[in-house]
Amino acid sequence: MLHSKDKEQKNNIKGTHDHYNDSACGLHCIKINDISVSVGEHTIIENVNLHIHCGKVTAIIGRNGAGKTTLIRAILGEIKHSGYIEFMDLKDKTMKDLMIGYVPQYVNIEKNTPMSVYDLFAGYVTNSPVFFKKNKKVYEMIKEQLSIFDASDLIDKRACDLSGGELQRVLLAIAITPVPNLLLLDEPVSGIDRNGMELFYKNIQTLKENYDLAMIVISHDFEFVREYADHVILLDKTILKEGSFEEIRQCDDFKKVFGGRLY
Amino acid sequence: MDTLYEIMEKLLPFSWVEYNFMKNALLAIIIITPLFGILGTMVINNRMAFFSDALGHSSLTGIAVGTIFGISDTNISMILYAIIFALLLNYIKRRNALSTDTVISVFSSFSMAIGLMILSRGGNFSKYSNLLVGDILSITTGEIGLLAIIFVITLLYWFLYFNRLNSVGVNVSLARSKNIKSSLMEDSFSILIAIIVMLSIKWIGILIINALLILPAAAGRNIASNMREYHLFSVLIAIFSGISGLLLSYYLGTATGPTVVIIAALIFFITFFIRPSKDK
Repeated sequence: MLHSKDKEQKNNIKGTHDHYNDSACGLHCIKINDISVSVGEHTIIENVNLHIHCGKVTAIIGRNGAGKTTLIRAILGEIKHSGYIEFMDLKDKTMKDLMIGYVPQYVNIEKNTPMSVYDLFAGYVTNSPVFFKKNKKVYEMIKEQLSIFDASDLIDKRACDLSGGELQRVLLAIAITPVPNLLLLDEPVSGIDRNGMELFYKNIQTLKENYDLAMIVISHDFEFVREYADHVILLDKTILKEGSFEEIRQCDDFKKVFGGRLY
Repeated sequence: MDTLYEIMEKLLPFSWVEYNFMKNALLAIIIITPLFGILGTMVINNRMAFFSDALGHSSLTGIAVGTIFGISDTNISMILYAIIFALLLNYIKRRNALSTDTVISVFSSFSMAIGLMILSRGGNFSKYSNLLVGDILSITTGEIGLLAIIFVITLLYWFLYFNRLNSVGVNVSLARSKNIKSSLMEDSFSILIAIIVMLSIKWIGILIINALLILPAAAGRNIASNMREYHLFSVLIAIFSGISGLLLSYYLGTATGPTVVIIAALIFFITFFIRPSKDK
């Protein structure tokens, strides 16, 4: 069942994204140089350097309060930080503007809010006023984008009635419309049941295989990190250790942060 | 204006239509209520009910500060003060040091106390007490014109920026990742609310202006399932309660503002109980 769905997803992607590469070219690189954030005298993160290529999943792990979300917000340009981010096309060695997609942890939609998935989605991708009338063209486009993550039947549902997993698929679809160079996911599986998680991991794999984008994922789920991350970063104010999950798992800092549990 | 009066006199088979103040009041209601219906949708979505309440209360302080600086036009001093007050609240809110409710509460009480202190100097407060309940029957044609202008501006704003405003309300970081200027949207919306609340406070009254902003949209939410229905229901409920409240207050001899609010509240309760069973 899941398998056939997968196939469908891939077909959809090829159908809608002919002008994009079918998979990552590996020739775009994002350099995060020396990012530090401090509030008053208090340093939250310092001297974070990252080098990311398209088609790769970088996972950030660390204890609560290690500055993971702060790093994401700094990359988004939302909070004041020192350091800078470069985005380079290695094909012709030119610098480009980095387009960032973001999947948030929470959305501020209260119970009983009359906002359909269409309204939510359209708000971020078009200026055609959603309170006035449904724009047919936009509606079809959104439906197509949702279908990448098997969510097209959610389009007329109210966003506040969705389950955690459903909402997340909608947010993923919003984040890749239009396709960004860098996709940031902040603890994407919190509040999602086992089935939803598996579907989510499949979706990440789909993105990795079919889109020309790099991903940074904050995650507490080591199973996910082990299986899907190409590069793992252990963060605590600064980068304590980076490498493959196996390498990280062996290091002392990891044991100090997460204890000697069975990972 | 005279042609408008004539049209109304021909169309409306009521005895009150011969009074110009009633025709003016009706016109004002027809402009103000849909405006409040529209704005209310986002005030609720973005959880700004307390914020707009505080804005309403700040109007007294605006007048008070105006008297000190010798500004005779109370509209100008109220609007200026409300805009500064709104921007200051937004600024502090973004600094993230305290919870929003606390920030608003502290500033609102402080500001209102200053206003009351100044205005009560020499025992003159009673001359401002009509602001508390408002008096729509005293509205003049020039003031209706002003409301009509702000009505058009609001519609323009809504058509151009509604999507972005909604997106910022859902998640600021997500909006920023889509290149939406979140602070600009929040500030411009706050300024718009400040201007509209200040221009209508004399007619609606400080005590009930927020009810008029919140109730129609809250009732609309009960029965709407998307943004189009939400706006439609909210505006219709606002206009209906406005007009029926005005007429009822004429026949009962009550103040218009509270009468309108009571009707809107009744509609809220009705919609609350008839809302579709799909909401678990």
